[in-house]
Amino acid sequence: MSNAFIAFQKNDESRCIVEAIIEDNPGAMVVDQPSMVKIDVPNRLVIKRETVEEKIGRSFDLQELQLHLITISGHLDETDDEFTLSWNS
Amino acid sequence: MDMKVAKKLGLKERYSLMTRDLAWDTTFHKMEDVFPQTTYEGIKIHDWDKWEDPFRLTMDAYWKYQSEKERKLYAILDGFNQNNGHLSVTDARYINVLKLFLGSTPPLELMAARGFSMMGRQMNGAGPRVACQMQAVDEYRHFQTQIHSISNYNKYYNGMDEFAHQQSRMWYLSDGKSFFDDAITAGPFEFMVAIGFAFEYVLTNILFVPFISGAAYNGDMAAMTVGFSAQSDEARHMTLGLECIKFMLEQDPDNLPIVQRWIDKWTWRGTRKLASVGMMMDYMLPKRIMSFKEAWEMYVEDNGGSLFKDLARYGITIPKCFSQTIEEKEHVSHQSWIGFYMKPEATPFHTWIPTPDEMDWLSEKYPNTFDQYYRPVLEYLDQQEKAGNRFNNKTAPMNCQVCVSTMKFNEPGDPMEMCFRESIYNGEKFHTCSDHCKEIFDNEPEKYVQTFISSHQVLQGNCEPDGTDVNVPDFKPGQNMLDYWKLDKRALGDFNGSEDQKNFAQWREQATKN
Repeated sequence: MSNAFIAFQKNDESRCIVEAIIEDNPGAMVVDQPSMVKIDVPNRLVIKRETVEEKIGRSFDLQELQLHLITISGHLDETDDEFTLSWNS
Repeated sequence: MDMKVAKKLGLKERYSLMTRDLAWDTTFHKMEDVFPQTTYEGIKIHDWDKWEDPFRLTMDAYWKYQSEKERKLYAILDGFNQNNGHLSVTDARYINVLKLFLGSTPPLELMAARGFSMMGRQMNGAGPRVACQMQAVDEYRHFQTQIHSISNYNKYYNGMDEFAHQQSRMWYLSDGKSFFDDAITAGPFEFMVAIGFAFEYVLTNILFVPFISGAAYNGDMAAMTVGFSAQSDEARHMTLGLECIKFMLEQDPDNLPIVQRWIDKWTWRGTRKLASVGMMMDYMLPKRIMSFKEAWEMYVEDNGGSLFKDLARYGITIPKCFSQTIEEKEHVSHQSWIGFYMKPEATPFHTWIPTPDEMDWLSEKYPNTFDQYYRPVLEYLDQQEKAGNRFNNKTAPMNCQVCVSTMKFNEPGDPMEMCFRESIYNGEKFHTCSDHCKEIFDNEPEKYVQTFISSHQVLQGNCEPDGTDVNVPDFKPGQNMLDYWKLDKRALGDFNGSEDQKNFAQWREQATKN
């Protein structure tokens, strides 16, 4: 099984995004590195707008992820409500 | 009167309206005359509308988020520079990694900007055209921001000011230059595999992720902000490369062997380019977060492996070179550093022998190779330096005709034997560094015989400063290389005893006392 992953620059907004990922993706593994954080999830990683909004305390457009993003792994599908990375394997 | 407020459009509808709906098929001229480049490589496309950018990024959103990224980046850069940030990096050796980074990366970003501007014109479909235009603007932004982030260092340290002149002339910058020259002179689909897949997926995932995290660990906020800001665009670029590969494979089964050959070729070319990034991580960062080998395993072996497994459903197989790249991950950073150490008068950055602590770290990270093959060489070079006999190889290197790396890699399975391959084309002999580069050469010899290799051309009198008369009877080729390269002589030699080392120590002293 392959891991889908995403990495962010460490800041207050990405802290909330990472909390949302942990809540919505059982099996998420968080790797803390200098000034960045990487989250691996087997096969499929999803970021839900609603959960991020709950953590961050304001409305959130998933395209705002681009400001903090460092890298991704997996095929991407982005809608208004979900940002999904997945592998077919 | 009641106002009826229209509901905001969803992401998919906005993307569709603002990309595909703004494009049209030509009627005065045939589409194939307007877009002539997308057929000659043999790739068959039946429906361009099947290509969709998964980020569904429209131009208005693009400008909004990119301008926000720029504001953040320049705020950090100003703060770092105003606060004498260059004196807060771990030690002065670190600055040499920036000299190598500046010399090699921004000119390649500029080439990428040119390449994607061409793709934005050449691709038939509106989806890839818009995504390529955005990528062209991104690449131009990376080129500019990288130079801005390093320009403050240039005020204080030697050897940074002639990178643009050196790009086409320096022996060790030729590997990156040839990578982009090869890509940009190929057709549009091969360019997308070369840059979108090999450069973004294989290379930048190491250069701009663990290496930049390492720059942050060494206190360099300027390189950190510029690296991560660039990489936030690269996530989009990798997606575009991946999308292009899937698109070609889904459009026609005849595309499979062509795409497979490109993936084989460019995985290897990307790997060769990474050898110097390995040495930046293992030897040039005074504080290290992970070894090149660990980064390779995470971002290339596992992440690349995931991609190849996924593409297996289209019939793609793991690139032929993949097993060799895995064997080489324990060697290339050491071979590169020792190679550069041996040429102290041919680079605008300094080299040095790692401290005993650093050698122990390397032993721990490379238990299968470091103590056996590389520690004895480094310790011998160290003894020689202490005895006043610092190693200095003054001869020009021999470079591979394809990747233009210097010949320094080992024979597969035998770390003590250097690897050389040769091909004959039109009665002339051409040398390559490996089976994979030889295969690339043999497949398109008429392309690679044209490679400009300065360390070979110098022998024909083609690498001289302007105004040199190569026809005088006592002309000796290669006598004027430093002037040809415009090398700052203060930037040459070992780090120990360099002007940078003295200045940094003195300025740091002043920064902490009255």
